[in-house]
Amino acid sequence: MIGPNKNVKAARYGMTIDVDRCSGCGACMVACAVENNVPPAHANATDRTGLTWIRVYKIDNGLPYPETRSAYVPVMCQHCGNETPCAHVCPQQAVDVDPATGVVGEMPQRCLGCRYCIAACPYHARYFNWWDPAWPAGMEKALNPDVTPRMRGVVEKCNFCHGRWHAAKQQAAADGKPDTEPVSYTPACAEACPTKAIHFGDLNDPASLPAQAAKQGESFRMLEKLNTDTKIYYRSKRDWVRRIADAPHPAGTGKENQRG
Amino acid sequence: MDREFIARGVKRCSTGKFLLWILPWAALLAFGLYSAGLCLIKGLNQTNMDNRFAFGLWIFLDLTVIALGAGAFFTGFLLYILKIKDLRAVINSAVVIGLVCYSGAVCVLGVDVGQPLRAWFTFWYPNVHSMLTEVTFCITCYLTVLTIEYLPIVLKNRKLRQIPSFLVFEFELHKLIYVLAGVGTFLSFFHQGSLGGLYGVLRGRPFAFREGFAVWPSTFFLFIISAAAVGPSFVLLTTWLVEKISRKKLVKPEVFSLLGRISGLLLSVYVLAKTVDTLIWINRTSPESGFPAAQYYSWQPFGTWILFAEIVLFGLVPALMLLAPQLRARTGWLVTAAMMACCGVALNRFVMTVQTLALPTLSFDRFLSYFPSWQETGTFLAVVAFGVLVYSISFRYFQLFPSERELRRF
Repeated sequence: MIGPNKNVKAARYGMTIDVDRCSGCGACMVACAVENNVPPAHANATDRTGLTWIRVYKIDNGLPYPETRSAYVPVMCQHCGNETPCAHVCPQQAVDVDPATGVVGEMPQRCLGCRYCIAACPYHARYFNWWDPAWPAGMEKALNPDVTPRMRGVVEKCNFCHGRWHAAKQQAAADGKPDTEPVSYTPACAEACPTKAIHFGDLNDPASLPAQAAKQGESFRMLEKLNTDTKIYYRSKRDWVRRIADAPHPAGTGKENQRG
Repeated sequence: MDREFIARGVKRCSTGKFLLWILPWAALLAFGLYSAGLCLIKGLNQTNMDNRFAFGLWIFLDLTVIALGAGAFFTGFLLYILKIKDLRAVINSAVVIGLVCYSGAVCVLGVDVGQPLRAWFTFWYPNVHSMLTEVTFCITCYLTVLTIEYLPIVLKNRKLRQIPSFLVFEFELHKLIYVLAGVGTFLSFFHQGSLGGLYGVLRGRPFAFREGFAVWPSTFFLFIISAAAVGPSFVLLTTWLVEKISRKKLVKPEVFSLLGRISGLLLSVYVLAKTVDTLIWINRTSPESGFPAAQYYSWQPFGTWILFAEIVLFGLVPALMLLAPQLRARTGWLVTAAMMACCGVALNRFVMTVQTLALPTLSFDRFLSYFPSWQETGTFLAVVAFGVLVYSISFRYFQLFPSERELRRF
């Protein structure tokens, strides 16, 4: 990653996702895959071996009909800020946290494919390339030239559309601006969301929408007690949805697990 | 045909019989190499691991064989540093066991990573905060030490001794043995510990995460003690097995008893430390992460029975058996206790690797199951076959048990 500009105050790029607005359409997943050259699933891929940097889970309140309520939760890399679990364990520094933005980056070119980072991530936001990437004939012409496709045997994950960040940084330099402050780009998922459930911005900038939304009482972060200081804030007015922030409860304990 | 290579004063089976013994193991090795080759050429899609079960049978195997192979460093430490001379009877065998276990584990690790050709990156761009970096450095160095320790055993071969330069080299290597034992012990303490640390540092996996001392979680120390405890047990078990298969007396009964006592003592320390650690984890570490420990054992089939089996059935029980002189005096009890101790450590490694990944972390997660593919199992079996072959060849041509000749007279 490009080193931090010392003249610019460190930012904390993050997102707020309004679970109540998410319709589960999956446009964010498609937009992300197209933007980041995520290849189509291999014929033998399963939901546990496929690649997707953002995954929309369907959850429900576990109650029988007619009390059943459901919601959709997009989960991507939560960009942990405190002792980032994946960066901490990678044996060859293929994962880093950009001090200028707080974005947790992955360097597939340096990745050994040991998958220790996958084991370390409690949010299951990291994906391994089990197969060689392949696109149907002709489709490779639609690849994004700003993003390098990854090879078999390495790990990849959301990087808040690094290609777009880089382009914004170059544009800022061309326009004579010192840096990309305030955030002047939008990741593909936030851009594609038809219900505007996803907002991206600098959580350190009090004027930004995500920073304001993150402070509201309806906001929560996944597994906050792990103290990973994630930068993805979820929002919901519904109590049962907010409880997804807690640890799982197995069936039969009286607190039925919300089904994903 | 190969009589000239077999040491004087010891008796070995005919070449034909030996070939017949190694043939099925060689076939198993060939099958395993084919399985591993498929994983290397076609990729890890040949396995049943996935984005959620990122580690599987191979990591369990690595952690277990490295613990079992700890007999090499710990016997060396007791013999050369603490001067427990009786262990000279099994030191050569312990070195071969160590070499087999470590080289097998390193080979499997080479298959287990997605980009094996980038293995050198860990040395070039090391992340000093990663336990895996520590493991990689220590295991590589220790495997080199084991290879050097194995060399004098090879060079002592009756035929090879006829080459004067080999004899001189072997003599010079022997002078280094105390240094090698010291270095080996230091490296082993670290990598056994870092293997425990691998999971103990995972804050995102509260089932495995443990508090500790300085940068090391408690599992770091528990793995060292458990490996040191089970190493002598495995040496005991192997020696007993070789005696049975070869129908020869290889070591005096006192050596068996000594190995059992050492194992029992360390196993007791381990069981005590593990119990304290578990209580701290249940009452403090896990709840502070937002995960009440009781919930882990509500996901079947991993109920509280697994905790009981690990600490009591395969921990406390064999420890007490090994500490009781009356039971130690009976081979059947001694071997059963050693076997139970080995199973206990294997179960502990299983819990740390497989159970950790099976348990959900997000509230909308599911409990996951995993079953290895035939390619994974084949690669696993290749390590077993490789171990049996190297040990069999070493036993036939090298002097693994110095007392064998002496005991033959009785």
